[in-house]
Amino acid sequence: MSKKYVMGNGAIALGALSAGVNLVSGYPGTPSSEIIETVSKYPHDGTYLEWSVNEKAAMEVAAAAAYSGARAMVTMKQVGLNVASDPLMSLAYVGVKGGMVVVSADDPGPISSQTEQDTRRFAEFARIPVFDPSSPEEAFEMVGAAFEYSEKYKTPVILRPTTRVDHAYASIECPDTFKAKKFEGFVKDSKKWVIFPRLSFQNHAMIEKRNLEIGKDFSSCRFNTVTGSSEKAVVATGVSYAYAAEFLKDYPDVKLIKVGAPYPLPESFLLGALEGVSEVLCFEELSPYIEESLLKLIGKHKLNIVVRGKLTDDVPSSGENDSDSAKRIISRFLNIDTNEDNIGLSNAPQPPMRPPVLCAGCPHRASFYAVKKAMKDKKTYFCGDIGCYTLGNAMPLDMVDTCLCMGAGVTMAQGFNHMDDDAVAFAFIGDSTFFASGITGIVNAVYNAADIIVCILDNSTTAMTGHQPHPGTGRNLMATPVEKVSVEKVLNGVGVKKVITVDPLDLDKAAAAVRECAELKGVKAIIFKSPCVAIAKPDKKMRVDSDKCVGCSRCIKEIGCPALSMNDGKAVIDENLCTGCGLCSKLCPVKAIGGVEE
Amino acid sequence: MNKDIMICGVGGQGTVLASKIIAASAMKEGNAVHSAETIGMAQRGGPVTSHVRIGEAFSPLIPIGGADILIAFEPSEAIRNLRYLKKDGLVIVNRVPVKPTSLGCSTEYDGKAEIEFINSKCRCLVVDSDEMCKPFGSSKFFNIAVLGAAAGTGELGINEKTIRDEIISIIPAKFHEKNLAAFEQGCKIGENNYANQ
Repeated sequence: MSKKYVMGNGAIALGALSAGVNLVSGYPGTPSSEIIETVSKYPHDGTYLEWSVNEKAAMEVAAAAAYSGARAMVTMKQVGLNVASDPLMSLAYVGVKGGMVVVSADDPGPISSQTEQDTRRFAEFARIPVFDPSSPEEAFEMVGAAFEYSEKYKTPVILRPTTRVDHAYASIECPDTFKAKKFEGFVKDSKKWVIFPRLSFQNHAMIEKRNLEIGKDFSSCRFNTVTGSSEKAVVATGVSYAYAAEFLKDYPDVKLIKVGAPYPLPESFLLGALEGVSEVLCFEELSPYIEESLLKLIGKHKLNIVVRGKLTDDVPSSGENDSDSAKRIISRFLNIDTNEDNIGLSNAPQPPMRPPVLCAGCPHRASFYAVKKAMKDKKTYFCGDIGCYTLGNAMPLDMVDTCLCMGAGVTMAQGFNHMDDDAVAFAFIGDSTFFASGITGIVNAVYNAADIIVCILDNSTTAMTGHQPHPGTGRNLMATPVEKVSVEKVLNGVGVKKVITVDPLDLDKAAAAVRECAELKGVKAIIFKSPCVAIAKPDKKMRVDSDKCVGCSRCIKEIGCPALSMNDGKAVIDENLCTGCGLCSKLCPVKAIGGVEE
Repeated sequence: MNKDIMICGVGGQGTVLASKIIAASAMKEGNAVHSAETIGMAQRGGPVTSHVRIGEAFSPLIPIGGADILIAFEPSEAIRNLRYLKKDGLVIVNRVPVKPTSLGCSTEYDGKAEIEFINSKCRCLVVDSDEMCKPFGSSKFFNIAVLGAAAGTGELGINEKTIRDEIISIIPAKFHEKNLAAFEQGCKIGENNYANQ
């Protein structure tokens, strides 16, 4: 045993390893990605690990392990759960034999996501129990408990941490080496494992009855707690509990109720906790889940308790909570005076906006610029997708017209093409996203004879989430090397006749490829192939010859590279950021930018 | 010991490593530590913060007005996070600005007004990353150098030697020499300037 200082995601990984997990699968997505990465860093004798091609695949791989009696964990971010919802909804009916924990990390804010959806709702919708950790330490404990509940009630169990728990660091005490559990193996029984309407009907009734039992069990669960004894109570969940507890540490009499196991609703626990309470404030993020649950409970039991929260506008309906909002909202609820004695900031200079940008030297910048240059003055649709390249929307590139969800660029380009065939419709998709959910969209385009150009931005990694391997990289979490799945061969295989592979940093060739494809009918694909600058070591830097530079600032205005700025009327390049990609040198009208060997 | 330390800057400046070393050093000295980082899309050139909470803490984030020390890698980022500082807290701030890419050539921002404001409002130690990093040939050493400056003031509450040991254990061996030199130089700047406070 030793103490390990790890991120919340690391704590979840250590929780699974400590529980003897036999299989962990998942697809990267902030804020969940470090769970699988941490498992892979510790000795894990007998535990099979994989980055799956997408969340649906990950869920199904894990389900089979759980059918076999093994302990399985599957990890994803909240929008990944949407992708995996098909297997999950059915899995809830079929059930499991070995423990199965589904980690779906929510992202209040949202900080790095498309939606502010609440996995507790999903758990209720799927009729699956859910745990909601308030700290990395609790997340560690909850993983072990989730496996036990899963095996006790033969159902998958969801753990839904949020960004601030995933990315918070704490010390976790656990063993140094881990051993996967022994398990029985799959026992054939088609009445049990093959889903049919009759089985679903039977199991639906069983699940509703069982969930009442789990609700009773949760009423004595250590993750649901109550302290203090006041008439006005605060109910808090997840990391919001930590913020509330921090503020209320000077007011120990105030009743503070933590709901760490919210579904199935621990009714008797809540009824006990609400005894003597006249008014309750629900302090939670994302949806008013506990607030609505309490309203139902109070209505059912005809209690005379006022419920405040998001529905009464006491807590903001969107965005994340923090220590500051906890102080503001809870002190107002309790009529506590909080004396502010901070540094006066009223006349402070306004800090500049810093929207995220593509890194200096990012090959995506060159790919976007090549398409922009080739399609100048032409009517176009630029359908973006999920990954670093979503940042191609920023000025001055301005090359992303739409972004919806993983893989949507490929299919939306087809929709635009069918509505307007005078324009050229482009889809931009990264290599990892191509494998995750781009291929079926391309088959759709070939089958339905769409005229589109698919640009695969192949940087040989899953960059945005921290450089995880994918099917095109030649390595997985169990072995290196493995056979690379070729993007080109996949495209040829599904019937894309025109496929051009080009280095986006060779600007003229790249733009020529775009022009060539724009003249052709049908589905065309351009693979812009150049490695992510965060993993490829640069061998030169660019430098501006200030005698030659005329200060036109074309380099800055055209490509928006963070290494470029103007100083005393001349362009300068930050040597610490420059990777020597040379894109700026190609568009300098006076050839003032040149490469210097490292 | 109870100490809340906030580190802020722009994605790519190396704030995460500095916070990791502080957290590890505080733990080595027997303290409970919690911390939190900015990860994900915001890292790409956006504002980043690390919260390091030494001692008893419920939440991973430092409350407004709760930080004992704010270590700012960039002047406007210091302003952005100044609300976290205690009224009598210490700011260690780099005077060298990082201009936002989107503004490119049009910005007037040079960090001077920001430094002036901080000077007028709080106890502060202003450092210069260009000067501090010149001997090492890259601004990448600023995170360790400024860590030295913070340690040199004595207000981190962590022994310089403990931090040095953690630098050695966290950073790969081939970078030890320059990082340790950057740290020493930072310590001197912290010690000398702090005496003048």
